[in-house]
Amino acid sequence: MSDQTSQKSAPGTSNEGFFARFIRETEIDTRLLGMLGALALIWVGFHVYGQLVNGFGAFLTPRNLWNLSVQTASIGIMATGMVLVIITRHIDLSVGSVLGFCAIIMGVMQVNILPQFLGLGHPLIWIIAIIIGVLCGGFIGAFHGALIAYGKIPAFIVTLGGLLVWRGAAFLVARGETISPVDETFSLLGGGPYGAIGSTGSWIIGILGCAAVLGLLIMGRRKRSVHDIRQRPVWAEGFLALVGCGAVIGAVLLVNAYPWPRGIVRRYAESEGITVPEGGLFISHGFAIPVLILMAVAIFMTILMSRTRFGRYVYAIGGNPEAAELAGINTRFMTVKIFALMGALTGLSAVVASARLGSATNALGTLDELYVIAAAVIGGTSLAGGVGTIYGAVLGALVMQSLQTGMVLIGFDAAIQQVVVGSVLVLAVYLDILYRRNSK
Amino acid sequence: MTDQTQTPLVQLKDISISFGGIRAVDHVSLDLYPGEVVGLLGHNGAGKSTLIKILSGAYQKDSGEIWINGEKADIQSPRDARDYNIETIYQTLALADNLDAASNLFLGRELVSAAGFVDDVKMESETARIMARLNPNFRKLKEPVSALSGGQRQSVAIARAVYFNAKILIMDEPTAALGVHETQMVAELIHELKKQGLGIFLISHDTREMLELCDRVSVMKNGQLVGTERVGDVTEDDILSMIIMGKKPEKAA
Repeated sequence: MSDQTSQKSAPGTSNEGFFARFIRETEIDTRLLGMLGALALIWVGFHVYGQLVNGFGAFLTPRNLWNLSVQTASIGIMATGMVLVIITRHIDLSVGSVLGFCAIIMGVMQVNILPQFLGLGHPLIWIIAIIIGVLCGGFIGAFHGALIAYGKIPAFIVTLGGLLVWRGAAFLVARGETISPVDETFSLLGGGPYGAIGSTGSWIIGILGCAAVLGLLIMGRRKRSVHDIRQRPVWAEGFLALVGCGAVIGAVLLVNAYPWPRGIVRRYAESEGITVPEGGLFISHGFAIPVLILMAVAIFMTILMSRTRFGRYVYAIGGNPEAAELAGINTRFMTVKIFALMGALTGLSAVVASARLGSATNALGTLDELYVIAAAVIGGTSLAGGVGTIYGAVLGALVMQSLQTGMVLIGFDAAIQQVVVGSVLVLAVYLDILYRRNSK
Repeated sequence: MTDQTQTPLVQLKDISISFGGIRAVDHVSLDLYPGEVVGLLGHNGAGKSTLIKILSGAYQKDSGEIWINGEKADIQSPRDARDYNIETIYQTLALADNLDAASNLFLGRELVSAAGFVDDVKMESETARIMARLNPNFRKLKEPVSALSGGQRQSVAIARAVYFNAKILIMDEPTAALGVHETQMVAELIHELKKQGLGIFLISHDTREMLELCDRVSVMKNGQLVGTERVGDVTEDDILSMIIMGKKPEKAA
């Protein structure tokens, strides 16, 4: 079938297949397609497996996918930072422990310290706590970076030490206690029915998203015409616009299809003085706040990496550290900045993770470093350095979280989950090596 | 040919540097005038590359002085060297293989828009402009330089040095990886830059090529300067004996 279409749709050009021409004209990254394919396979696979074995396919439901998006946020935020670390040929094994430490610091701040000065429930508490958490992560990262850049200690060792140090420090700060409850406004940042922006807000985000997709395509065309570069054919642009906007609108429909649970609706109705009609009241969740945080981080990091000198230098250092140095780039200070950024993002992840839990425990973020590294690597960040994208890492985080969630849903126990996740990481790196060998 | 009464562009005075007890450069003095090409010759490990890396800021000298345009210069880093309009084409080319030609050309000196974002379009068109001059066959502007041939990579490295209006150019084995045609292009480029009044330090192993391109040649052996001669005053055999024996040719002969 594909042979016939190729001859019809590519008259006059070469004898390349329809698919090859499609990829070339739309300029879609084949790697991205591969990841989306893997994601689809995982999603459908878990759903069908649930249907056949358990009699109920729970994966492809608005509720599960909404939860999946929330669970992806924490790993995804850190994965965007890990991309920079791995591109510059380093590694950060300490992010899970740093997350736990930052969470404890924020917990102690908002439960034990700040209320003493500001009074319980003061509106500034959550803001101050977040600032302290992010700064705390940033300073720890900068400290790691300085040891690596100026102390010349390999990143593997510095952060392996950090893995133990910060987990232990988190225990010492709170003597192992769980700190709860966190500030009410703070807890909204973790998601949940109240921590989502509802149907109208989600549509606004969706419309902005579609406008962004169209705007980027139009700006791209204008730039190409100024610079006299060959344009994509109109059908290819149209296809990209359709798929881009379709994905955005699909996401909005999905998050709006997941209603508040009945109990929460009843409590909300009582407090607002609304009577609940016979068939129940349908209140949509909409996008969860942690997901919006992830989106904002991903956009910020993408701009940082593709449009600023800082991003250019990160890639240059990864490609050839010596050349970067000879080009006048202060590679050591860059390393400090990269690790500080990683740390600050870890602090932000700690906000999301502890807000979601509603408390801070010193075990928060255990083994997260492996998921974060796996997300970055599955997303196409090369361990040899110099190559990696932010969107890839976010998708990688979604893949890892999908695997995890799916196995929980179909009732695999923790031991099997570990076996699978570990194997997937190794397999992903192997596939990456094969892909790169073939694309050369 | 060169007016030696004017101020030298570069004076290296009594430069020394050691690595772990080994004197890589041992009290070497050299000078370079505008519009002049000075060749550095010697065996591998004679200290040529080390000496010019001190001038380009990659290494810091242990002792000695660098004077630029008759003023004492303080060069601590590659960035300092660039501030003195010293550009270097390294033997290894020093390219980031994962970046395209434009990103490499402007590495460390990116053109930015008013908002502070890198202006890729402008950099690419500037790259296309200078490449059209240096290597008209150069087409692969968008691809990472790892996908380029040796000659194309070399032209990216040369373009980087030429684009920023260097006054002093250091070329470390610029033709080592090149074919006959491309070597000829580099030779023409050196003549053109010379006419524009640049001073060029050239390092090569090819003695005959050096005699064609240079005004003066300096020979180094074991970190020390054997001697500096005007090319009109010496034969290829004289140079070879300086390289091998470490002795100056007899003037009387």
